[in-house]
Amino acid sequence: MSIDPILELRSVSAAHGSIEVLHNVDIQVGKGEVVALLGPNGAGKTTTIKVACGLMRPTSGSLHVAGQDVTGVPANALARVGVCTIPEGRGIFPNLSVRDNIIMAARDRAGIAVIEDRSYARFPILKERRDQLAGTLSGGQQQMLSLARGLATDPVVLMLDEMSMGLAPLVVAELYEQVTAIAESGVSVLVVEQFARTVLGVADSAVVLSHGHVRFVGPAGDLDDETLSRAYLGS
Amino acid sequence: MSALLEVRSVTQQFGGVTALARVDLTVRRGTITGLIGPNGAGKTTLFNVICGVRPPTSGSVRFDGIEINNAGVHERSAMGISRTFQRLELFWTLSVYENVLVAAELAAHPNADEVARQNLELLGIDHLADSTAGELSTGSARLLEVARALATSPKLLLLDEPASGLDEQESEQLGQLLRQLRDRGITVLVVEHDMSLVMGVCDEVYVLDLGVNIASGKPEQVRTNPEVIRAYLGAQVGES
Amino acid sequence: MQQFIAYTIIGLTIGAIYALASSGLVLTYVTSGVFNIAHGAIGMISAFVYWQIRFDWGVSAPLALLIVLGVFCPLLGMFIERFVLRDLGAANEVTRLTVTVALMAGLIGAAAWIWPPDARSAFRGFFEGNVITVLGVNIGMNKIIALVSAVIVAVLLRYLLFNTRLGVQMRAVVDDRDLAELNGARPNQISSASWAMGSVLAGYAGILLAAEVQLNIIPLTLLVINAYAAAILGRLKSLLYTFVGAMVLGLLEAYLLWTSGSSWFPKSFFGFNTGGLRQAAPTIFLFICLLALPQAKLRAGMVRVAQRSREPKWSTSVLGSVVLIVGVIALTALLTRANTIFLAQCLLFALAVLSLVPLTGYSGLVSLAPLTFAGLGAVFMAKLPGNGSVLTLVAAVAIVALIGAVVALPALRLEGIYLALATGAFALLVSTLIFNQQKVFPNGSLDVPRLRFFGVDFQQPREKVIMLSVVFAAVSLMLVAIRRSGLGRQMVAMKDSPLAGAMLGMNLLKVKTVAFALSAAIASLAGALDAGKVPPDRYSLDSSLPILLLAIVGGISSIGGAFFGGVMLGTNTVMATAIPSLANIAKVTPGFIGMTLGRNVNGVSAQIGDGFRPMVEHRPSVIVAIVGPVVFWTLTTVDIVSNWQFFGLLFMWALGTIGLLPAILGGTSEMRRVLVPLTIAGLIAGFVSTTVDLPTGGRMLCLIVAATVVVQAARRKMEPNAPAAPVHSPDFAGLTTPFSARELQEVDDAIGVVP
Repeated sequence: MSIDPILELRSVSAAHGSIEVLHNVDIQVGKGEVVALLGPNGAGKTTTIKVACGLMRPTSGSLHVAGQDVTGVPANALARVGVCTIPEGRGIFPNLSVRDNIIMAARDRAGIAVIEDRSYARFPILKERRDQLAGTLSGGQQQMLSLARGLATDPVVLMLDEMSMGLAPLVVAELYEQVTAIAESGVSVLVVEQFARTVLGVADSAVVLSHGHVRFVGPAGDLDDETLSRAYLGS
Repeated sequence: MSALLEVRSVTQQFGGVTALARVDLTVRRGTITGLIGPNGAGKTTLFNVICGVRPPTSGSVRFDGIEINNAGVHERSAMGISRTFQRLELFWTLSVYENVLVAAELAAHPNADEVARQNLELLGIDHLADSTAGELSTGSARLLEVARALATSPKLLLLDEPASGLDEQESEQLGQLLRQLRDRGITVLVVEHDMSLVMGVCDEVYVLDLGVNIASGKPEQVRTNPEVIRAYLGAQVGES
Repeated sequence: MQQFIAYTIIGLTIGAIYALASSGLVLTYVTSGVFNIAHGAIGMISAFVYWQIRFDWGVSAPLALLIVLGVFCPLLGMFIERFVLRDLGAANEVTRLTVTVALMAGLIGAAAWIWPPDARSAFRGFFEGNVITVLGVNIGMNKIIALVSAVIVAVLLRYLLFNTRLGVQMRAVVDDRDLAELNGARPNQISSASWAMGSVLAGYAGILLAAEVQLNIIPLTLLVINAYAAAILGRLKSLLYTFVGAMVLGLLEAYLLWTSGSSWFPKSFFGFNTGGLRQAAPTIFLFICLLALPQAKLRAGMVRVAQRSREPKWSTSVLGSVVLIVGVIALTALLTRANTIFLAQCLLFALAVLSLVPLTGYSGLVSLAPLTFAGLGAVFMAKLPGNGSVLTLVAAVAIVALIGAVVALPALRLEGIYLALATGAFALLVSTLIFNQQKVFPNGSLDVPRLRFFGVDFQQPREKVIMLSVVFAAVSLMLVAIRRSGLGRQMVAMKDSPLAGAMLGMNLLKVKTVAFALSAAIASLAGALDAGKVPPDRYSLDSSLPILLLAIVGGISSIGGAFFGGVMLGTNTVMATAIPSLANIAKVTPGFIGMTLGRNVNGVSAQIGDGFRPMVEHRPSVIVAIVGPVVFWTLTTVDIVSNWQFFGLLFMWALGTIGLLPAILGGTSEMRRVLVPLTIAGLIAGFVSTTVDLPTGGRMLCLIVAATVVVQAARRKMEPNAPAAPVHSPDFAGLTTPFSARELQEVDDAIGVVP
C-alpha cells in the first residue's frame, strides 16, 4: 500500500525537558491502513502519539496530515479536522455521563443527535447505560465509549494508545474487530500496543520502537516472535 | 539465606477492581529480586502496600520477621525500608548534598555529613554535590534518589523503575551499582521494565500480570516461561 | 412562631445571596483550578460600580443592572483570567494563591481610591420600601428578589452544565484537560467563559448584599468570603452541596441573630461581649467545614523547579546584621524625629514579614494571619503584668508561640488553599471575638507599654529604632541558624516533597507545628514592640494581606527579601500619611505589585541577590563597595552633602551600584561602556531626588523607581536573553538537543567569532 500517506511523521525528535526520548522517528500511515506501533515500556510510543495528535511539539522533524505540514498546530484544531486520538487509560471523562461523553464529540448543537445515533448504533450497550457515569462502566465498555465517540466524528485518522491495557482477551478481540471494520471503511489507523501478538493479526504493517529509535519497519507478517521477544525481554 | 521481606497472599481492591489477587513474594536477605510485568499488572500497587502508603485489603506483609501491616510510612522507614520513586520525588530546591544530608539526619546518624558524602561518592555523583537537584539530568536525579534512600542505611531498598529515563549506558552502570550494593549486604527489590537490566542483575524474578503472580524463579527460567512471553506479547486475536 | 417564620425567611435570603456567590466561586475553581480568594472583592467592586451607575448617575435600575452584570462583570472576569491567571500554569501553589490575594488587595485599594467614604450616598435595594406579606411577615422586595433569583440561577446553572454543549465541555475540561482538547474543545476559551460567569455571579451577590449592609468595602468583601464556607462544604466541586451549605449558613446566621436578641441569651461571657459570636458565626462555620474535610492525602512533590533554596552563609548574614545595626545608628544621628519614626515603622513591618520566612518561605505553608499573631503579641504585652519588662515580652512571645502551635494542630490536616483559608478564618475569628472586645481594646485602642530593658525604656524614637534593628538582626541570625540546621533542611524538604520526606522517616506533624510556632513568635515580637496606642484594625485580616504580598514579592525565602518587603510596605504606609495626593496610589500598590508575580516568581530581592553574590567573591569590588559610603559619610560630616542627599546616595549605592561592581571592574570594556554611565546616572538620580523639595514618601518613591530602573536596565544588558528554559541541564547541551540560538551565541562569544 504505497499510496500517499494520510498521517506522516518525518524524522521526528521529541524531548521531555532536556531529555530527548524520540530520535528521528519516521512513521507513515496510508489511507485505510492499520499500522501497529510496538515496543516495550518506555520505548517512546506514547510520546510518538502525543506528537502525532498535536499535544506535544517535536524538537525537530515535522508532522503531516494528508500532505499538509501541521507541525505546531494545536491538538484541538487537529481534532476538528479529523485527527481522532484515544489516549492511554480509556480516554473517557469518568465524571461525565455516557451521553455527555458522546456529546463532547459534537461540533455544534445540531450534531448532537446524529452523533448519539451513530454511537448507539455501533455499541448498543451504550444506549442502555447513557445516563450512567462513564467512570462506573466496565473497562471494556469504557473503551467502547471512547471508540464510539471517536468514530462518530467521521475521522480521517484514528490513533489508539494501549487500548487493551487491563482488559480481558475476549474484550480486546471484540474491540479489534471494530478497528478492522473502521479501517476497511477508509480510516487510517495507528495503534499503539504493548501486547504485540494481539494487534499483529489486524495490522497491515508494524513499527517497532525501543529506546526512542525505530528498530523495525515493515509488513506485519515479517515480524516474528523471535524479533519481538528480543525487543521486549532482551536477548 | 533467610527471608527479609515476606508478602503473603496480599489482595488489594479498589472499588470493584482487583489490583492484586493473593500475591506471594519473598525477598531473601542479600539478594536482588526483580518484579516485572506488563503495564497495569499491579507492580506499583504492591510497592505501595510494602511501603505502607496503602494498607492491603487482605493478606500480610512481614519484614525482618515482624508483621508490619499496621505500621505507618515513617515507622517502616525507621525499621529499615527505604525506597525510590518512579516519578522522581527529590527535594528539588535543595542542593544534591543537602538532599542526602536530610536523609542521613533523619536516620539520626551521628556523622550525617560523612554518611551523605560517602553515599554521593558511592553513586558517583559527588562532583555534583553543590548543584541544585532541580538542575540535574534524569540520569543523575535517579542516582541521587538512590543515594538519598541509601543514606538512611536501609536493610531493604525498594527501587521503582530506576532505569526509566536512562540511556543504555547509564542503565548498564546502574546494574553494576546494584551488584555493588548487594555485595555490601543491602537487599534490593526492583521494579523495572528494562529487561536487560533485570535479567542481568536479579537473583530471582517475580512476574505479575493483571494482579496475579504468574511466574517466579531465576531470570533464565522466567525469560523462557511461555506464560511470561504470553503475558508480554499478548494473546493472538481469537486465540482465547 | 411568627418570629420563627420571619427569621427563617431572613436566613433563606442570606443563604440565597451566599449561594449565588459561592456557586460562582465553584464554577471558576473547577474550570480553571484557581481558587479565587478575590471572589468577594469582585462582588464588592461590582456593587460599587452598580451604585455609581444607578444612584450617582441616575440610570434606571434594569439598565444599570444590565451594564454591570452584562458588560462590566464579564469583562472583568475575562480580563483577570487572561492577564493575571493564564500564564500562571507552571507556577507553584504559593504563587497561584498569592496572585488572587493580590487581586483582592488591589480591588480593595481601587475601591477605596475611587469611592472615598464621604462620597458615597445611600445604596437602596430593588423596589426599596415595597414589601410583600408572607404568612403575616413583611419582607422587603430586595429579599424576595434575592431568593427568587438564587433559585433561577440554580436552575439555569444546572441546565447550563448538564444540558448544553458549553456546560458539558466545561465539566470535561475539569475531568481531563488534555482529553477535552483531543476532542476539539478549546480550554482557554472555556476558562474565560467560566470566569466571566463566575464574576457575574459574584457581582450579583455583591449588589444584593450591598442593599442589606450598605456600601462598605471590607464588610462587603468579607461577607462574600463567608460564602466560601458553603463552597467548601460542596468540596469545591458539587454545586448541589454548595447550595445546601449556603442555605444552612444563612439560616444559622438568622437564628443566631434571633436568639442573641432574646432575653435569655447571655450578653457577656467572662466579661467578653457575646455579640461578636453572631458576627463570627459564618467564620466559625467555615472553620468547621475546613476541619471536617478528609485528611489531605500525602502529597506527592511539586513539579520540578531549578530554582535553588540557598542556605544563607554565616559570613554574609553576620556582615548584613552588623551593617544594618551600624547603618541604623549612623542614620539616626542624621534623621529627623519624624523620619526616625518612619524607620521604626519599616523595621516593624520587616519583622512581621520576617515571620513568614520560616513558615511560607522554608516550609511552603501559606498564612493569611501574620498580623493576627502580631496583635496577640501586643495584647499579651499590654495585659500581662510587668508593664513592659523583658520578662513580660518573653512571656508574651512564648504564649503566642504556643497559640501558634495549637492553631497549627487542626490546620495541619489541611493543604494549600484550604490551609490558607483556615488561617484567614482564624484571623477573622480573633478579630471579631478578641480584638473587637471592649475588654481587650478599650474604646478601640490598646495601650502597649514600652519595653524596659536595664533601665532603658526606649522612649526616644532613636533608641527604639536601634533596639528594633538589633531585634531584627538577632531574629535574622536565628533564622539563618535554623535554615542551616537539620530542622531548616527538613522544612525545605517538606515543602519540596512531603511524600519523600515521610518515606525517609520525617515527622511532618512536628515540622509543621514548629514552623507555625516559630512564625507566631516572630510576628508577636512585631506587635509587642510596637508601643503606644494601637487600634484593633492594625491587626485585621485585610492588613495582613499586604504583608504576605510584599513578603512574596520581596522573596519569601530570604531574610533580605523580608527586609526589602518591610521597607517597601513602610514606605508605602508613610507615603500614604505624608502625601495625601499619593495616598490612593499607596492603597493599590501592594495588590498590583503582587499581581505581577506570574512573571517574576522569585521575588525582587532574589534578583538583587543574584547581583550581590558575585560581588562578595570579587575583592576589588568589595573594597570599592565599602569606600563609597565612607566617602559619602565624609562629605556629609563636612556639610557638603545634606542628610537626605547622603541617604539618597547610599540607597542608590546599595541597590543600584554594588551589584554591578564586578561587571564594571572585571567585565569587558563594552560592558563598562554601558554600566558606568548607568550607575552614575543612578547616583545622580538618587542625589537629585533627595535635593528637590518633596515629602519623605515622595523621595522614597523616586529612589525606589530609580533603583528599579537601574537594576532592570543592567540586568537586560548583562543577560541578553532572560533565562528561557526552566530546566536546563548542562550535561545535555548540544548532545541530545540542537544548540539553542543563545548557546550558539555564547559559544561564538567565547571563541571570538564575529557574526
